[in-house]
Amino acid sequence: MKRLLTVSAFIIGSLSSAFAGENTLENVKERGYLKCAVNSGVFGLSYTDDNGKWQGIDVEVCRAISAAIFGDKNKVKFMPTTTKNRFTILQSGEADVLSRNSTWTLSRSTDLGLDFVGVTWYDGQGFLINKDLGVSSAKELDGATVCIEPGTTTELNLAEYFKKTEISYEPVNVDTFDDAIKSLKAGRCDLLTTDSTGLAAVKASMPNPDNWEVLPELISKEPLGPAVRHGDNNWGDIVRWSLYTIIGAEELGINSNNVDDFKESKNSEILRILGHQGNLGKFLGVRKDFGYQIIKQVGNYKEVYDKTMAKTGLPRGLNASYKQGGLQYVPPFR
Amino acid sequence: MFDISYNKKFRSIASQFTLVLFLVVVFYYFINNAIINLDRIGITSGFDFLFSRAGYDAYSPFFKFTSDSLHIDAYFVGLLNTLSVSILGIFIATILGFIMGVLRLSNNWLVSKLVYLVVEFKRNVPVLIWIIIWYFGVFLQLPSAKKAINIYDSIFISNRGLYFPSPVFIEGSIAILIAFIGAIIINFFYVKRAKKIHIKTGKQSPIFLVSLLIIIGLPVVTYFITNQPIEWVVPELKGFNFKGGMALKPEFVALLMGLAVYTSAHIAEIVRAGILSVPKGQIEAGMSFNITRNQMMKMVVIPQALRLIIPPLTSQYLNLMKNSSLAVAVGYMDLTATTGGITLNQTGQAIECILMIMGTYLLLSLLISAIMNYINKKVQLVER
Repeated sequence: MKRLLTVSAFIIGSLSSAFAGENTLENVKERGYLKCAVNSGVFGLSYTDDNGKWQGIDVEVCRAISAAIFGDKNKVKFMPTTTKNRFTILQSGEADVLSRNSTWTLSRSTDLGLDFVGVTWYDGQGFLINKDLGVSSAKELDGATVCIEPGTTTELNLAEYFKKTEISYEPVNVDTFDDAIKSLKAGRCDLLTTDSTGLAAVKASMPNPDNWEVLPELISKEPLGPAVRHGDNNWGDIVRWSLYTIIGAEELGINSNNVDDFKESKNSEILRILGHQGNLGKFLGVRKDFGYQIIKQVGNYKEVYDKTMAKTGLPRGLNASYKQGGLQYVPPFR
Repeated sequence: MFDISYNKKFRSIASQFTLVLFLVVVFYYFINNAIINLDRIGITSGFDFLFSRAGYDAYSPFFKFTSDSLHIDAYFVGLLNTLSVSILGIFIATILGFIMGVLRLSNNWLVSKLVYLVVEFKRNVPVLIWIIIWYFGVFLQLPSAKKAINIYDSIFISNRGLYFPSPVFIEGSIAILIAFIGAIIINFFYVKRAKKIHIKTGKQSPIFLVSLLIIIGLPVVTYFITNQPIEWVVPELKGFNFKGGMALKPEFVALLMGLAVYTSAHIAEIVRAGILSVPKGQIEAGMSFNITRNQMMKMVVIPQALRLIIPPLTSQYLNLMKNSSLAVAVGYMDLTATTGGITLNQTGQAIECILMIMGTYLLLSLLISAIMNYINKKVQLVER
């Protein structure tokens, strides 16, 4: 009996250390790959292409983190998630980072225990509607049936917008975005609402894209970006500066083709970001040449945009660099 | 020297005590671990969130639910939706199941083989697939609201649902209610008298037909005598959709059909097994009386078969109720979709929400079990 107690005490002792003093970076390095929770499928943001390869702007952020840590952008295991399980998967430690067009809000930063580390894409919520219904403005939507994904900020914005404008509507809370599109096509609902990026992607994927129209009203601000768990600030820094490297590279005029030409650059910030000078990589706890690896393998923001969001036909708009009058701006690499 | 550890009684108590202690420690560890980690990442635990504003809209046929309602209201929306689809599903599945189970034993080769095929097809495809087939394959394929199937300008069938007139009770409609209650009382005495006559003289009365006539006929006659005091609100196509009247939404009907049809196949097999379990001698003895085959089934076979049918039937009912949580797949706002889905996601209170729905399903299961156990006791052999 004494032995039994010793054994159980041992088991309990070893279990209790499982969560305490979490060091995500160490876990990722030990495991040999990054676990990144992404969207199961929105064209431009995160989707699998015809070859089964993950594509999209959110996916590229995961690859950048992998490049910074391992020097290889492909050491990522993508975990497709729904709007319903995405935060739980991150909170429970199943995923290391959530890069899944999730909106940065106060309550998610505090109550859900998430750290949003930056903005991958500035977005706003809109409506997609069949032109046959003859509606040209959101003000004419009284009595309409709306398909929404449950558990999203989209859902809350919608309720607030229709309450404010005193328009009555009937919600159909479908389980996944794919189901929402199916229901819209079948005519179960009159309109679909989500971020305008999502709408552009849906419109492009319709059999007759010209039959569909995105209404002019954008009813919300949706800054979409990667998130990590509270409590591991170093890990948050790695994710944040991996994203910032992509954006910063564009500001500095570096891209995947010319990155090798900057070895002898006279611009010290460029030398620092590429790891030729200083030890920014060491501060983060990743490779010394993290910037070089990210830019070489993933590219700068313009390159990432060109191979992902540009295909949906959505202009950069707010997501242009601040130098072109957009909002994408990063703190200095120093 | 006497060693206490060789005492049999002591040893058995000690080992059990150790086991209980071990379980307590394990549970304590898990709960404590959850609390510590929730605290560490800054998630507040507790059930306070139930009384904060929900912020989302959900279709609720039973009471008004808006984004200003509370999360606890959303829980009740889910609970009522789960209950309504479960109860109706159990009802339909039982009727369908009994019919199919009896037909399966029909002497007509074609009927019995046909039912056999249907049953096997239904119970060998997962219920989730059935629900999705009903929703996307059947109900969403119906015409749009503008081209709805119009039945006498009062019932409209479209992919927005089945719309039919709703009654509005105006002055004088109380008479119909009184007539209805009166009819039930009259019927009660009629049945009592008919049974008495049956026992005394052996003469059978058409109880079922007469009862139907009394209970439906009397209120209907009253309705016309009192100058039709019920007005009907007919659904009308306005803008995007029908307004007025009552509606059965495609999500509800698809889930109901999926659950009922799937479970009915299982019930059919249970009913068949129950009937086949009645010894042949009982049937032959029953047939030797001067009664029809139907009467023999009703009085000899079914009562004995029920003893075997009820216990497995109970577990089918439980399955149906729990399977209703697949509602999420078609966007029906059941318990798993409201508290276990949207509320969980908007508030992040995963442990609390899951505990709530677990507790609720457990309670509903125990309730169904209790009712079925009561019925089971009634049909069991009374031993004297």
